[in-house]
Amino acid sequence: MSSTAGAAAQQERRRGAFSSRRVFILAAIGSAVGLGNIWRFPYVAYENGGGAFVVPYLVALLTSGIPFLLLDYAIGHRHRGSAPLSFARLRRGAEGLGWWQVAICFLIAVYYAAVLAWALSYTFFSLDQAWGADPNAFFFGEYLQAGDVAVTADVVPGVLVPLAVVWLAVLVVMALGVQRGIGVVSLVFIPVLVLAFAVLVVQALLLPGSGAGLDALFTPDWAALAEPGVWAAAFGQIFFSLSIGFGIMITYASYVGRREDMTGSGLVVGFSNSSFELLAGIGVFAALGFMAQAGGVAVGDVVDDGIGLAFVAFPTIISEAPGGALIGILFFGSLVIAGITSLISVIEVVISAVRDKLDTSRLTATLAVVVPTAVLSLVLFSTTSGIYVLDVVDHFVNQYGILVVALLSMLVVAWGLRALPRLADHLNVHGRPRLGGGWRVLTSVVAPVGLAIVLFLAVRDDLETPYGDYPTWLLLGFGWLLVLALPLLGFLLARLPWRAGTHLDGPPPGSDPGAPLDGAAVAGTTARDRSVSGYDEGGRR
Amino acid sequence: MSASAIVMMVVAMLIIWGGLALAVTSLVRHGAVEQRAENVRRDL
Repeated sequence: MSSTAGAAAQQERRRGAFSSRRVFILAAIGSAVGLGNIWRFPYVAYENGGGAFVVPYLVALLTSGIPFLLLDYAIGHRHRGSAPLSFARLRRGAEGLGWWQVAICFLIAVYYAAVLAWALSYTFFSLDQAWGADPNAFFFGEYLQAGDVAVTADVVPGVLVPLAVVWLAVLVVMALGVQRGIGVVSLVFIPVLVLAFAVLVVQALLLPGSGAGLDALFTPDWAALAEPGVWAAAFGQIFFSLSIGFGIMITYASYVGRREDMTGSGLVVGFSNSSFELLAGIGVFAALGFMAQAGGVAVGDVVDDGIGLAFVAFPTIISEAPGGALIGILFFGSLVIAGITSLISVIEVVISAVRDKLDTSRLTATLAVVVPTAVLSLVLFSTTSGIYVLDVVDHFVNQYGILVVALLSMLVVAWGLRALPRLADHLNVHGRPRLGGGWRVLTSVVAPVGLAIVLFLAVRDDLETPYGDYPTWLLLGFGWLLVLALPLLGFLLARLPWRAGTHLDGPPPGSDPGAPLDGAAVAGTTARDRSVSGYDEGGRR
Repeated sequence: MSASAIVMMVVAMLIIWGGLALAVTSLVRHGAVEQRAENVRRDL
């Protein structure tokens, strides 16, 4: 075994790795498919041209989403590190971008878990339709006990308990490691999610009025294609849905064997994410069609997204539909699964960065990251003010956290470091189809322009009308100031020294995907065993 | 459902789900490089 190959194998055992490409693809799908696929896409499509939305959506997927996804894969796979380590290996001064992404992931994890806790509660509420005759009053009043817009310390036990359960599950999964934790969860639960949602769609299609719902979703409004806002909505939906630009795909790609086809894998992940969105659109609108018919109103009168769709509209549907309990368990169970596989990917970005930067074991890093995140999450979101804080943080972190860091890092990599040719060369060693000038143009021009327009429209809207009509102190404290603090924190963390012996300039030794497999036969093990251990991380480095 | 809605639904399904099927087929055909290297070694 050559010394560089041995060092690479040793390093991968330390960091952890997925046992196969299939596990990686399922984990990446698990990350990409989240709550937004189920409760955001159907509404965005309906509001932006219905059936005609397919056109800008596909354009955004092919010209921006998948090229950006491949950029993330190339950065992580070539540099074999967490987001900060990968950026540092690209150029030392770029490390702060990686920590900015880590800070965003930390923040997302804090509030994302709360929504999972609600969905977990509602999975059980579905059994006896605990929300009664008025799901809206039940959700905000009885369940969340949301009062006036204020930050309080009044704990809501009904939220605290499921939230603690969610964090306990996350702690166990993360402690088990990359393969036995994230890999196994993805391997089991992604097929379960697809199956459960497919059954839900069939159930929804059998409801009276489902055709009217699908009619509302798919009837094309071709005039919408002339509106810039519709194209921005398509780029925004693709961008937010694919989990790109904030460290997740960089981290996951660093756990994949160096000789795998990352381009082909990216195409599968990108189309899987959109395939699930389409399935979700059909299921959600079929159910909304039933709700409209039962209420004697037009579908447009019952259409909603996000929290309103999940925790108000769906409970109404579940109460009125034949076999409603089954629909409820499938719908909220799907939300929980889709959410938890996304939550663990977000947390892994932080754990991986901590492990790369400091000399810690998997368990130590897991405890050091998950416990404080969980405590903060429980303190902020199990109180009567949780819903307001969550809504504001979610909006600002998405629009001005993820979007800005993604845009900046894309521009830095493409134009500042001019790294696209070497990243394309890396993917092309084993990837098919091969990436050429087209990918470079899409990644350096088309995708950044698309994201910049989405960002510009978001800023314009927020300056014209304060988000959600919340009071200024809430928008400032949990919105603007928070998203400004994230890059500051990121570049401060980048000033901490790396552990002794960390390779920083370029890809680490032994990570060349084109290197021969000579050591494998000599060592008497298969190449797969060595280059992708599939084992979970060893102890201290 | 109106004819235009049905057409757009079928078009969306064909392109997105068809795209997924094509991507999976292409990846499987191209195969893992590790696996191909193993096969070459066995052949030798």
